[in-house]
Amino acid sequence: MANQALGAPRLTGPQPVHKPELTVTAQEQALPLVRPGLSHIADRVFFYAMLGCGVVVLALVGLIVYELITKSSLSWHAFGWKFFFQSEWDPVNDQYGALPFVYGTIVSSILALVIAVPLAIGVAVFITEMSPRWLRGALAFTTELLAAIPSVIYGLWAIFVLVPLLRLYVEPFLSRTLGWTGLFEGTPYGIGMLAAGVILAIMVVPIVSSITREVMTAVPQQQREAVLALGATRWEMIRTGVLRNARAGILGAVILGLGRALGETMAVTMVIGNRPEIARSLFAPGYTMASVIANEFSEATGNLYLSALVEVGLALFLVTIIVNALAQVLVWSVTRGMPARSNV
Amino acid sequence: MSSAAINVGEIIGSSPVSIRRRLANLMATLAAGSAVLLVLAPLGAILAYLLYKGFGSLNWAFLTQTPKPVGEAGGGMANAIAGSAFILLIASAMGVPVGIGAGIYLAEYGRNRFGNLVRFTSDVLNGVPSIIIGIVAYGLVVLTQKHFSALAGGVALAIMMIPTIARTTEEMLLLVPVTVREAAYGLGVSKWRTTLSITLRTATSGVITGVMLAFARVAGETAPLLFTAFGNQYWNWKANQPTAALPLQIFTYAISPFDEWHRQAWAGALILIILIMAAVSAVRIAAGRGMLRGAN
Repeated sequence: MANQALGAPRLTGPQPVHKPELTVTAQEQALPLVRPGLSHIADRVFFYAMLGCGVVVLALVGLIVYELITKSSLSWHAFGWKFFFQSEWDPVNDQYGALPFVYGTIVSSILALVIAVPLAIGVAVFITEMSPRWLRGALAFTTELLAAIPSVIYGLWAIFVLVPLLRLYVEPFLSRTLGWTGLFEGTPYGIGMLAAGVILAIMVVPIVSSITREVMTAVPQQQREAVLALGATRWEMIRTGVLRNARAGILGAVILGLGRALGETMAVTMVIGNRPEIARSLFAPGYTMASVIANEFSEATGNLYLSALVEVGLALFLVTIIVNALAQVLVWSVTRGMPARSNV
Repeated sequence: MSSAAINVGEIIGSSPVSIRRRLANLMATLAAGSAVLLVLAPLGAILAYLLYKGFGSLNWAFLTQTPKPVGEAGGGMANAIAGSAFILLIASAMGVPVGIGAGIYLAEYGRNRFGNLVRFTSDVLNGVPSIIIGIVAYGLVVLTQKHFSALAGGVALAIMMIPTIARTTEEMLLLVPVTVREAAYGLGVSKWRTTLSITLRTATSGVITGVMLAFARVAGETAPLLFTAFGNQYWNWKANQPTAALPLQIFTYAISPFDEWHRQAWAGALILIILIMAAVSAVRIAAGRGMLRGAN
């Protein structure tokens, strides 16, 4: 009985009538769009063309790696690992050590994060949890606007506004109050590591805050309601219900900001002072990996000089890739993975 | 679950909304609010300075003349503005089709391991510092041509456009409901025709927004042009010659010791930001009104 019922359901009412002539007319009518013979070939061609575009993306990254490795091999063979631990950068005598640049890049980026991260998280918290609804869109748009300003314009502004401000007010103040730490001593030039850190911080805030916002929005609404239902104040709700659940993603946002800060070139080049020295004081001029390439690449005479610069580039490339990949994984763990670490 | 339990304990443990907790709440609100103000302050300062200094130095000569030698007053950045447009045109001609193509591949055929690889690589490419792209374009184009050129600058910027365009195109195509595609297939339309005339066309405004974002991002790029386009004091319309670019010119003038050049740098920066904003908002408005959907 059951089989019979499954095999041939007994339908009541009018039955559909088989009409073979219908297909013929359909084909005739749709002639401009459908050409059975050609469309199969066209589909293959289209597929391979689009596949080709995808392959281009792969090829470009391969090409970058290939170019950097082959062009830097000369310097790699000449100096080996010592390259990154020597602080002498002397194009005249063909002696190249990248330590001052590595140091400058790390210190300026960390300084930027120290300034930017609390601000960025504050902005994200305000926009997602505290701001009145009518203000939310405008604030989000305005902070995004900061990301659209080209690096060179940040640099221009930093040279003529930020640097004098630092030299005349901020640096004398820091050296009076925190001079004993050794981080803020020496002549306040304005130009130097501190200026680079501050301008980088301004540039990094929009990225960190927009991703933090994304991550915080991904925290389920029930989390907030549950904490509020227990009688928490709004801040307690944000701290325990939102920030704690989003912390992996926020860490990802911070690391993404780090990736941006490490590779940032123009604004830093314009204010860091461009001197390959390692100084403890943040007032002293420094140099970063990106800015040494920017400044010296087009003037580099001699193969070893050029090769050393490309090796700096290769190191920068590898570090930013690792940092970005790490950040991606962390952000994904919150926004598209399971509810973040609810079992930890 | 244990972290949730701790939260509950913390909250229940304290007395019902004590002054201390209200104070903490108030402080947090104030802190977050002042963070917003602190972040908006530089933005306001930058825009105000751009308008103030930029309009102060902007004049007709700036928009129509080439740079004067050091010491002579006057002159302008006309060749740099044109050069930027030229380089961006070359970059768009290469980057936009490839980027959209890669986006189509990812959205329509990319649900497999190779698609994921492309997706991952394009995110990697997106994070590569622009100065590195400059090195690669130098190796690819400048070394083979034996001199700096607009083409090299265009290649560098195109490489930077591709990943952004690819990922936004993918996102926008995936927003088009499957039923729309199925309706086309159901009428017997082939896959390629469906993708181009139905899916891509439905997503046009989103795709164009993505293209414009990529465009705006590279329009202000300086680092990859330093040793590709290189800059030029004169007019140039040849793709194989060094070419001036607005961001490059701003950079050169900003770090120079001359007041006259500083003023021109501000004017150049104002023009650059106006061009970027104008390009983005014009296309957004057009796309929003559906004006761009008429074209096939």
